[in-house]
Amino acid sequence: MEKPLTEHIQPGEPPLDLAAYERTGGYEALRDALRSMEPREVTRIVEDSKLRGRGGAGFFTGMKWSFVPMGENAPREKYFVCNADEMEPGTFKDRYLMECNPHLLLEGMILGAFAIQAPTGYIFLRAEYHKSEEVLAHAIREAREAGFLGKNILDSGFDHDIHLHTSAGRYICGEETALLNALEGRRAIPRAKPPFPPVVGLWGKPTIVNNVETLCNIPPIVRNGADWFKGLGLSEEAGTKLYGVSGRVNRPGMWELPLGTPLREIIEEHAGGMREGYRFRGVIPGGASTDFLVEEHLDLPMDFASVQKAGSRLGTGTMIVLDDRTCPVGMVLNLERFFARESCGWCTPCRDGLPWVEKILEDIERGGGREDDLGLLQEHSKFLGPGRTFCAFAPGAVEPLQSALKYFEEDFRRHFDGKGCPYHPQPAAAR
Amino acid sequence: MATIHIDGKSYDADPGKNLLQVSLSLGFDLPYFCWHPALGSVGACRQCAVRQYRNEEDKDGQIVMACMVPAADGTRISIEDEEARQFRKSVIEWLMTNHPHDCPVCDEGGECHLQDMTVMAGHAYRRFRYRKRTFTNQDLGPFINHEMNRCIQCYRCVRYYKDYAGGRDLDAFASHNHVYFGRSVDGTLESEFSGNLVEVCPTGVFTDKTLKHHYTRKWDLQSGPSVCAHCGLGCNTLAGARYGGVRRILNRYNHEVNGYFLCDRGRYGYEFVNRPSRIRHPLLHTDASDTDTLSKPESCSPEEALRQARDRLRNARRVIGIGSPRASLESNYALRAFVGEDYFFNGLPSAESHLVTLAAEILRNGSAETPSLREIEGADAVLVLGEDLTQTAPRMALAVRQSIMRAPEEKARAVGVPPWNDRAVRDVIQAERGPLIVAAVDETRLDDAATSVIYRAPDDIARFGFAVARAINADAPPVEGLSDEETDLVQRTAKTLSAAKYPVVISGVSLGNEAILQASANIAWALDREQKPVGLSFVVPEANSVGIALLDSAPLRGAFELVSSGKADAAIILENDLYRRTHALDVEKFFTGLRTVVALDSLRSPTTDRAHVVFPAGTFAESDGTFVNNEGRAQRFFQVLSPEGDVAESWRWLGRLQSGSAPSDEPRWKNLDEVLDAMAAELPDVAGAKDAAPRADFRVAGARLPRSPRRFSGRTAILANLDVHEPKPPDDPDSPLTFSMEGTAAMPPAALVSHYWAPGWNSVQALNKFQDEVGGANRGGAPGVRLIEPEKPIHSYFTKIPDAFSPHDGKFVVLGLHHIFGSEELSRHAPALAERIPEPYIAIGDADARARGVTEGRELVLRIFGREYKLPACVRPNLPRGVLGVPFGLPGLTGIVFPADGHLLE
Repeated sequence: MEKPLTEHIQPGEPPLDLAAYERTGGYEALRDALRSMEPREVTRIVEDSKLRGRGGAGFFTGMKWSFVPMGENAPREKYFVCNADEMEPGTFKDRYLMECNPHLLLEGMILGAFAIQAPTGYIFLRAEYHKSEEVLAHAIREAREAGFLGKNILDSGFDHDIHLHTSAGRYICGEETALLNALEGRRAIPRAKPPFPPVVGLWGKPTIVNNVETLCNIPPIVRNGADWFKGLGLSEEAGTKLYGVSGRVNRPGMWELPLGTPLREIIEEHAGGMREGYRFRGVIPGGASTDFLVEEHLDLPMDFASVQKAGSRLGTGTMIVLDDRTCPVGMVLNLERFFARESCGWCTPCRDGLPWVEKILEDIERGGGREDDLGLLQEHSKFLGPGRTFCAFAPGAVEPLQSALKYFEEDFRRHFDGKGCPYHPQPAAAR
Repeated sequence: MATIHIDGKSYDADPGKNLLQVSLSLGFDLPYFCWHPALGSVGACRQCAVRQYRNEEDKDGQIVMACMVPAADGTRISIEDEEARQFRKSVIEWLMTNHPHDCPVCDEGGECHLQDMTVMAGHAYRRFRYRKRTFTNQDLGPFINHEMNRCIQCYRCVRYYKDYAGGRDLDAFASHNHVYFGRSVDGTLESEFSGNLVEVCPTGVFTDKTLKHHYTRKWDLQSGPSVCAHCGLGCNTLAGARYGGVRRILNRYNHEVNGYFLCDRGRYGYEFVNRPSRIRHPLLHTDASDTDTLSKPESCSPEEALRQARDRLRNARRVIGIGSPRASLESNYALRAFVGEDYFFNGLPSAESHLVTLAAEILRNGSAETPSLREIEGADAVLVLGEDLTQTAPRMALAVRQSIMRAPEEKARAVGVPPWNDRAVRDVIQAERGPLIVAAVDETRLDDAATSVIYRAPDDIARFGFAVARAINADAPPVEGLSDEETDLVQRTAKTLSAAKYPVVISGVSLGNEAILQASANIAWALDREQKPVGLSFVVPEANSVGIALLDSAPLRGAFELVSSGKADAAIILENDLYRRTHALDVEKFFTGLRTVVALDSLRSPTTDRAHVVFPAGTFAESDGTFVNNEGRAQRFFQVLSPEGDVAESWRWLGRLQSGSAPSDEPRWKNLDEVLDAMAAELPDVAGAKDAAPRADFRVAGARLPRSPRRFSGRTAILANLDVHEPKPPDDPDSPLTFSMEGTAAMPPAALVSHYWAPGWNSVQALNKFQDEVGGANRGGAPGVRLIEPEKPIHSYFTKIPDAFSPHDGKFVVLGLHHIFGSEELSRHAPALAERIPEPYIAIGDADARARGVTEGRELVLRIFGREYKLPACVRPNLPRGVLGVPFGLPGLTGIVFPADGHLLE
C-alpha cells in the first residue's frame, strides 16, 4: 500500500531536513515542472488527478486553481496561501505533516504557486503550533538557501517566496476568506462570496488557499501522474487520506489509508476497536463540525460522496468516537460551547443563536431542560443551516447537534424533569 | 429594466439594484438592519431573508438574503414564504435575547427601527430564559450618548463612521456575542460627522445627547422643515421643538443636497436658539451713540419700539440699510424695499463681497454648471483648490469622500461586483481610492482621502490651478516659473481631470483670494472647451451668501462712506454684527457718525449694543424665509415653533416699521407670500425663490399639514400642574402648516415634510416611503429651486495670473483658518458645540518657526492693522513660509479682514 504523504516519516525521529527530503526524491517534481512544464500543465495534472481539498469541504483542487486568471491580462500580483490554521477539534493531521516533513508542503506550495504564477506565498499557521512554526521556519530558510525559493528559482525565471504567518488564534481563521482578512490585518470575519478568492483574494488579488494535506499531495501527483493518484483510492475517489481516531478506542492515532477505507476497518483494525468496557455509540467523522455517524454506518467507505450520502461529511477525516459511558448531550454541549465562543460575531444567527444553543444544552445537563427545548434546538439546527448564515461556520456548528437530536433523542429526554445528566449524576456544582 | 416576480406577481425592477432595495421601493415591508441605502449591502444581520426560486418549475427554492441578490431579470422570490417569515421572526428573537426590554424608558423608543422591525417580523413572546449579556458604556463627548446594551451588532455605525465618513476612532472590538462598538478608550468622537450615528443606528446605542438633556419624547416634538443656517451649503433639516425651544435637528432628506447626512455643526449648532442671551423683546437704548455713556438697554413693548424707531427714522436725513448673508432673502429684500436700492448694502467687507459676487457671476455667465452635492458624490475625479472643506463646507467634504469610491467601483464592476455590494466592493478595491487632488495652505481633514496633496501659499495655489487649465486646453493662459514638482502634479492633474467621466473642480472664498476662484473657473472652462463634462463648485461662507450676491448690492464700505460724508445719519442693520465683518475702528467710526441705529437680531452682539432700537428677530426656527445655497438653490425654511415673546421674522418687523403709526394701519406685507410676490416682481434674478415651496394657501385634499406627529401627546404635558387649559394653537398665515396635529396625514410635497412617518415605520427610516425609490429622488422632486443655470456661452479665460509668492522678511500674510466648530457666528453659542471650539492660536510654518526659534505653544505677538494679538504658537509642518494663520471668527479674533498683513513682534 502506497503512502505518499507519510512514507518517509519516522515517528519519533527529527523532521526531514532538506538533504533527507531530497534523498527521498524531494523537489524532483519541482525541478521537472520548472524545466519542462507550462504552468497550465501543472494545473491540468492536478485537475486530472481529481484531488479534493483535505481541509474539510472537499472542493476539487485543480478546478480551484483553474479559476485563477492567467495570461497577459491577468494581474501580476497573485498569492498562494497555505491554510495551516488547523483548529478543528479532534484534528491533528496537518500538524503531523508539518512537524515531520515540512519540505513536502513547501514543494507542494511552490508547485501550486508556479501553476497560478504567484510570486508570493503565505503559510497561515495555527497560533499554538509552536513546533510547526520552528520546523517550517527552518525549512523555508533551507529552501531559500538552496534556491528553491526566491528569485529565478532553479534558473526557470519563476520567482516565489513564502512567508510564515502565525495566527493570533481564532477558529474562524480556518475559513479561507476570514483567513485572508486576518492576513491583511483586518478583523477575522468571512467575506462575501462571490467574488471567490481565486479571482478576488488577498489584497484584492487572485489567491489560492489550500489545506496543508492537500498541498502535500501535489509533489507526488506531479511526479507520478494523475492516473497513479487516482489508482490509490479504494473507491471512485482518488488518493490517500490521513484518518485519525480519538475517543475511547484502544489505539487512538492517525494513519494514511486509501480514500474510501471503510469506517469499521479504521476503528476496529487501525484504532484497535473500543476499549474494554466501552461500547461504540457513534462517531463524528471529520472534526467537530460534521454530523454523527452511528452503528448502521460502520461499513461506509470513508470518502466524500459516501459520507455525504449518509447525511454527514468526511470533513477532515479525523474522527471522534462517542462511547456508551459518555453523555451525548455533554459532548454536544462541549462542541457548541466551542462554536459559540469562536463565532466571529458578524451575522445574527451564528452570533446570537449559538450562545442560546449552548445555554439550553447547559441547562439540560444541569437538569433544567424542558420538553420544548428539543423544539428550540431543532429550530436552531434548521435556522443555522446553509444559506441562512453568512458563512459555513454555523451550519457546521449545528451538524453534530442536529444528528445528536436524531440519533440520541432519548438521551436528551433522560435529562428532563430535574434529573440532570444520567451519565454524571453528581450535582452540577461539583462538576 | 428587468422583470422580477414576487409572490407570483410580476414587477419592473432596476437590475442594478438588489432585491431588498427593489422590494422596499415597490412598497413591500421587508425588515432589515445592516443595509442602508447610503451604505449598501453586507449581509450581516440576515433579517431580509426571502425564498428564491431558480425558475418557474422550481417549487423548493432556497432561503437567500434579499440584500445580497441582484434584481436580475426573471428573478423569482417569495417574501410571504412561511419558512422565510419564520426565519425573519427568529432573527429578531435572536437579537432580542440580549436587547433590553425597556422601550418605555429608552431614548430611542417611539422612533426605533428595531421596534418597528420587531413588530413587522412578528416576534412577540420571549423564549430565551437566560441572562442577558451586558456592556460598559463610554463617554463619547458632548454630542453622542452611548448605551451599548442596546446594540444589535448590525455594524452600521462603524461602516458609516469609518468607511463612509473616514473616521478613525470608532471600531468593532471583540467577537462572538460580545462584539463591542466604541472607541479604544473613552473620549470625544473625532469625526465632524459623528452626529449621523444617531440616525444610522437602528436602535438606542447612539442617541442625541443634547436632546436627552430635555427628557423629551420624539412624539412630543413639534417639527418643521428647515434649512441649516450654519454654512453656505443649505442642508435640509428637520427641527424639532417643545416648550418654546428647539430640542434637536434631524436630517431632512434632499436627494440633491444633503441626502442622508448632516455635519455636527449643522446638527448641534441649533442650541443658540435656546440661549438666555436671546433678544426676546424690543430693546431701547436712550443714548447708544455715545460710547462713553452707553446706557443699559431696556426692553419695551413692540408698539413703543416701533413708535420710537419710526420717529427716529422719519426725522433722519437719510436712512441706509445694511443687509446680511445670514438673513433670509425675504428679510434682505424687505430692508432693500424700505431704504431703496441705492441705500441698501450687503453688509460684507469689500473683498468678500467681491469674491462672492464673482463666484455667482462665474456660475451665471460661465459655461460650467455647478454640481449639487449628490453630483459631487458621483464625480470620478475631484480637484479642491484652497479650501479645507471639512471646516468651511463640511457636508461637501463628506460628498467628496464618496466621490473617491467612484473610479474604484468600476474596477469592482469589472469582476462582476455591483456597487451596492459594499462588502465585496471593499474586498476588491482594498485601499484604492480617488482620484482626489487637494491644493491647500495647510493640512486639511480630507488629506487622508486624497491621492495627491500640495501645500502652497494662496497665490501659488491659484498659479497651480491656472497651470492645470493651461495643460488641459492650450488657449488658456500659461504660467511661468513652476517648480518641477508642481509641473509634474499639474500634468498629472490635467490628465486625471481630462480622463474622468465627470470631474468636479471645487474652490471657495475662505482664503480671500480672487485668483483661486478665477483659476478654478479656467480649469472648468478648459475642460468644457475640450468637450468634457465638468462641474464647478464654489464654497461660500454663509447660509445666504449667494442670495445676497444675487441682490447685487454694494458692500459695507459704501455705507461707511455715506455716513462719513454726512449724507446719511440713520441705519437699519439686519441680523449682522458689523464688528465681525471689518476693523473695529471703522465700525466705531461708522456708529459715531450715525444719529439713529435700528438693529434686528436674535442674539445680543456688540452691534445690537450700539443700536437705539433693537427688534427681536426670529432665528431659523421661528421664521419663514428662503436661503440660497452655494449652488444657487433657493430653499425655504419654515417656523418650527411659534415664537415666544415678541420675536418675529425681520421681514415682518420691517413691514410693520413701514406702515403708519395708527394701530389700524396694515403692515406693508401681511404674510410671506406677499413679500415673495413683491420681491419677484421687482427682482427677476431671485424671482424663482417664490417657487421654492408651496404657498400658504396650498392644501392637500382641502387640509393643511400638521407640524405635530400623529401621536402627539401634548395634552398630558408637564405644564399641567400650572394650567390644564389647552390654548388654541397659533395661526400660521405664512405656510400651509399647522401648529398642531390637525391636518391631513397625506403625503406632503417634499418641501413641506415635517416628519417621517408611515404606518409601521416610526423611525427616521420611514423616509423610504417619501422617496420615488428607496435611496432615490424625493417624491415630487427635491425641495428647492435652482436660481442659477449657466447660459453656456464660451467664456474668455481669466488672464491675470498672480506672481509666485515670495515671503518678505518680517512681514507675513495672515490667513483666517476656518474651524467647523467656532468659526461660524451663531453655532458658536451652542453649549455642546462650544465644547469643541479650539483655543485661539497663531499657526506658523515649520520653516519659519525654526528660523525664529519658535517652539510649539510659545506665546507670539502678532500685529495686524495696528492691533496686537498675543497667542500661543501652533507649529504646522506644511504651512508655507511667509504665511501665518489664526482661527477665523473666534472671540478676540473677529473683525480681521483676511488675508491681512501681519508682523511678528519679538
